[in-house]
Amino acid sequence: MDTDAPHGPRAGEVIDGFRLEERAHQGGMAHLWYVTRVDGHDPMPLIMKVPRLKGGSDPTTIVGFEVEQMIMPTLSGVHVPKFVAKGDVTRQPYIVMERVGGPSLKPRLDVAPIPVEEVVEIGWKVATALHDLHRQHVVHLDVKPSNILFRRHADGAAGDAVLIDYGLSRHDHLPDLLDEEFELPMGTGPYMSPEQVRGIRNDPRSDLFALGVMLYHLTTGQRPFGAPETVRGLRQRLFIDPVPPRAIRRDCPPWLQEIILRCIEVQADRRHETAAQLAFDLQHPDQVALTERAERTARGSAMRRTKRWLAAIGVEPKVEINAAEQAVRSPILLAAIDITGAEPALLDAVRHTVQRLLQTEPGARLACLAVMRTNRIAMDDLTDADGGSKHLNMLVQLKHWARPVVKALDLQRDGRSGRVTFHVLEAPDAATAIVDYARKNQVDHVVMGARSSGALRRYLGSVSAQVVAESECTVTVVRAPTPGE
Amino acid sequence: MKLALITDLHANREAVTAVMEHARDRGIDRHVFLGDFVGYGADPGWVVDLVRDCVAQGAIAVMGNHDAAVVRGTQPTMIPEARLVVEWTRARLDAAQIAFLASLPMSATEGDCLFVHANAWAPAAWGYIVGRGEAARSLYATDAHVTFCGHVHEPRLYHLSGVGKCGDFVPVPGMPIPLSAQRRWLVIPGSAGQPRDGNPAACYATYDTDGGTLTYHRVPYDLETTGAKIRAAGLPQRLAERLDDGH
Repeated sequence: MDTDAPHGPRAGEVIDGFRLEERAHQGGMAHLWYVTRVDGHDPMPLIMKVPRLKGGSDPTTIVGFEVEQMIMPTLSGVHVPKFVAKGDVTRQPYIVMERVGGPSLKPRLDVAPIPVEEVVEIGWKVATALHDLHRQHVVHLDVKPSNILFRRHADGAAGDAVLIDYGLSRHDHLPDLLDEEFELPMGTGPYMSPEQVRGIRNDPRSDLFALGVMLYHLTTGQRPFGAPETVRGLRQRLFIDPVPPRAIRRDCPPWLQEIILRCIEVQADRRHETAAQLAFDLQHPDQVALTERAERTARGSAMRRTKRWLAAIGVEPKVEINAAEQAVRSPILLAAIDITGAEPALLDAVRHTVQRLLQTEPGARLACLAVMRTNRIAMDDLTDADGGSKHLNMLVQLKHWARPVVKALDLQRDGRSGRVTFHVLEAPDAATAIVDYARKNQVDHVVMGARSSGALRRYLGSVSAQVVAESECTVTVVRAPTPGE
Repeated sequence: MKLALITDLHANREAVTAVMEHARDRGIDRHVFLGDFVGYGADPGWVVDLVRDCVAQGAIAVMGNHDAAVVRGTQPTMIPEARLVVEWTRARLDAAQIAFLASLPMSATEGDCLFVHANAWAPAAWGYIVGRGEAARSLYATDAHVTFCGHVHEPRLYHLSGVGKCGDFVPVPGMPIPLSAQRRWLVIPGSAGQPRDGNPAACYATYDTDGGTLTYHRVPYDLETTGAKIRAAGLPQRLAERLDDGH
């Protein structure tokens, strides 16, 4: 069938109750139409995607559209366009979905390099969207600027990232129609991860590689691996280190180079474990553990190229991971510590619980958080009587609290650094601050102490009860052991 | 219409009861039984009566190799354990029950669906679909959009694309899978009465013919009672044990 043929859809035509108003875009693979419901009940602006299928000459397009029709209805949340309807390929194939108003990332790439702050904001927004997708059992596998849109707030500011085009994606719980179907690697040349080049389609960290390529490009104005069009060209990324971003752009901070080069590591195991951990690093530059990557000033020596090559030949197909498992296996644990108010016994109990949880999750990351309560109205005096900073003092206490866990589990050993981070927030309300922090950083599990019973609790209410009630993640509330009577 | 695809019941009353209740709670319109109602388990009469009652109310049922063996005598290819149970089973069914088994068709079609116990290329020869090769052979032997088979006890989903590439998939229970119109599908729900994929819960599948959506299910059941009945009947001990370990 050929939707460009005279019998293809035209403006004004009605398909299954949707009127085609205007052609929005003509791409290589599909036409996009602005559509409205004939019955007038449009809860949101809609767009219809109609594949350009030309007489079976392009099986990737056909299967890709089949894959997208299968996966899109399973997705939900702000980071995907809302699915509305689909049309049978044997009749008139289409997908009707929410029209996301905002722009794609592509125009920003065209003007790269862009300011570092904007690179970072784009990075954590896209990483947040990817984590949400991975938690829904889907690896995107075609992350690139034109497939990333940003919702637009009422004031015109860019909002959440939205991932579109699921034609190459893989859902852990649905048949992979593209596996075995085609001999050539599938993806978009500049962004394809080394494992995708080798035909591996089940590793969510492939999407982190693609994001790393975009961050590199936004930072430097150049592509780390060019835009190869042959398999031979694609395979070069297995052997050749990209030029470090700081060699191209002097004001690229070392921590950003660390993050970008980690994303585009040839071995997925050396990248961030999850998109959430990448988003976390992008939001806490001062906590990024710097390695040799941050210091590089030139493309790899012969020695490092050999290492990259050796790492590449060690990349054997692995099938033990799937998207959601990987996202669950490397959780972010938040220890919310009332460092100045809690009894020592409770602090010990919380620490023991945290240690037990970390022992069972080798890929986990620990964020230690204390909240410094600030007055709602007046500006607080943030220096204590001796002129020292209250903030710094709390940070020191927090690190001291965590020290036994860090030592016991060797959390700051080389190569594992960055597994533990420390944060002191200033906020009028501790519970709200903890809940907001957990949501913004995709925390999987909050551990905190219960306030002992007493008059204070009756007056103030319980911070832990509010966190339990309002958090989207698991919350463990620890009590100190009661002394024997 | 919402179909429940139930196969390889193998005289397991507890498993079949659990599956029927599970399917009822999901608003099933019609049952399809893909054969092997008897063999291995201690309740052949009860299971045959249940299937017969369902067929009287419009259900579809096809013949399996264990059912054929009870009717016509065992084949030399049947394993000794199974052969022993076939003889034991025949002695416990009355004439009407055996006549019902004898009346079962080898296959049935409904709309663009084919129902057959073993495969579509030679249903009466009982060849197993153990991989993509056999799946493709079966899919090429029919025009049906979806083929539903039993015989193999592990749940699987095979698909054949327009360009002749065959893929396979180990289904995840409870996840609705849209069976797209542009490829053909072979569905093995897995055994209700004797699962063998390491998970002892009973297998079956539901298929919504309107939306073209397939869902595999696993239903835990009282396998201790089933095992005790097998032991009490003097059937091979191993038949009880394998229900417990799911192999």
